[in-house]
Amino acid sequence: MVVPILQQRVRYLFSELGELAHIAGEAIRSLRHQRPSWRDFVEQLHFIGVKSQSVVITTGAATGMVLCAQTYFQFHKVKMDTATGAVVSVGMCSELGPVLACLMIAGRVGAAMAAELGTMKVTEQIDALRTLATHPVDYLVVPRLLAATVAAPLLTAEAVAVGIFASWMVGAHLLGIDSAYYVANMNRYTAPADVVTGLIKATLFGAAIAVISCYKGLSCQQGAEGVGKATTEAVVYSSITVLVANFFLTLFLTRLFKG
Amino acid sequence: MIEVRDLWKGFGPQPVLRGTCLRIEKGEAVVIIGRSGGGKSVLLKHLIALLQPDRGQVLVEGQDLCCLDERQLLQVRRKFGMLFQMAALFDSLTVYENVSFVLQRERRHTEAQMRKLVAEALEMVELRGIEGKKPGELSGGMRKRVGLARAIIYRPEILLYDEPTTGLDPVAGARIDQLIHRVWEQLHVTSIAVTHDMASARRISKRILMLNEGVIYADGPSADILSSTDPVVHNFVNGIVPADSQSFA
Repeated sequence: MVVPILQQRVRYLFSELGELAHIAGEAIRSLRHQRPSWRDFVEQLHFIGVKSQSVVITTGAATGMVLCAQTYFQFHKVKMDTATGAVVSVGMCSELGPVLACLMIAGRVGAAMAAELGTMKVTEQIDALRTLATHPVDYLVVPRLLAATVAAPLLTAEAVAVGIFASWMVGAHLLGIDSAYYVANMNRYTAPADVVTGLIKATLFGAAIAVISCYKGLSCQQGAEGVGKATTEAVVYSSITVLVANFFLTLFLTRLFKG
Repeated sequence: MIEVRDLWKGFGPQPVLRGTCLRIEKGEAVVIIGRSGGGKSVLLKHLIALLQPDRGQVLVEGQDLCCLDERQLLQVRRKFGMLFQMAALFDSLTVYENVSFVLQRERRHTEAQMRKLVAEALEMVELRGIEGKKPGELSGGMRKRVGLARAIIYRPEILLYDEPTTGLDPVAGARIDQLIHRVWEQLHVTSIAVTHDMASARRISKRILMLNEGVIYADGPSADILSSTDPVVHNFVNGIVPADSQSFA
């Protein structure tokens, strides 16, 4: 009883992965063979990048402040108060910044992409595109993929900067850590590799969110229920992908940059 | 010329098309009639390869669509225009952007040329001055006419209509039929429509095919089919429920 269900689940998982790889492959093929629409790209960049700023800034600031406070409370016991900035900075740059910013992007942008494309599917707009000799991947997926790939690292950088600044405000002005040592230790222990690691992760997460969300929208089942399910799955799968991929990317990129 | 050979298509265990065969010559005005849920729209979508058959062939000017991948199909689809049941206008775009969609993608025309072509296409479907409106601001009949303008602007050779009068009042439906007939006459296209609206079928077709139980049951000039004495055709055309019928399905 358990084995057939397991087999079915594994088969479904591989079939979904295959479809995702197919869409990603089609997008790359499209990029190689034709110039993407600049206008569609800018529109998507505005939607994904500009309109996500408030949520990403809030996330970065809240994370930076909480991380600073918690780190300080523990480090204060062993008289290491001034190392707080270094922990916050490294943590925000390489792990929390990209992961939390991209989880927010997955929630806001992934849901919108899947819902929009899903609604287009159930109202035959995707079929209409095909009858107008336009590949849905060229018109719908490529601009979203490019925009998410560009916007995610920029938003992550913004979240990290805001988070570090917020942590400095909390550490230096609220908790009484010496500002000069706070900043000096932060600069001393934060390597360029930490920043690059975070930005590489965010770029890959942005691409993954776009591909997963577009795939979920394009493969949406009929009716309002189908759109709802596609939207939920887009957010859930994108978020899980960000979390799981982060672990492997941490291992890989740390070995790559730090030996 | 379009030819369908032994076309089979099912969704789940139940086959919808069961070895459908048909042939439509260039320039014909054909209507496919049949019961709701009988596979008319499924058959129409196979003609433009929006659906892939389980078995069989769809040949457009001798080219088998079933052997082509999605990108190769884009070239074949350039010969087609399609009006969808609910028009399927892109609701994030204006009427102008919808109608000029193909032209904008091709990047072969200047903005002034596109404006002129859009105005001509909208003129042909008796709509003027609505270029700036969004599809949500239009009535059902207007949406269908915009859909028709979008389908004819690039002068396709074959026009497909999926239930063109569904959801419209009789006057709006008759107006759409007039436009379909006018487009067929003026643009010399092959016109293929699916409908269960017999008044519409009478107005826009020269030949009628009846799809029944997944196969083409009857095929002939419109007048002959509409006056057929075959019980299945007669009952359908005249909306007669057979005495032995057990359900309203």
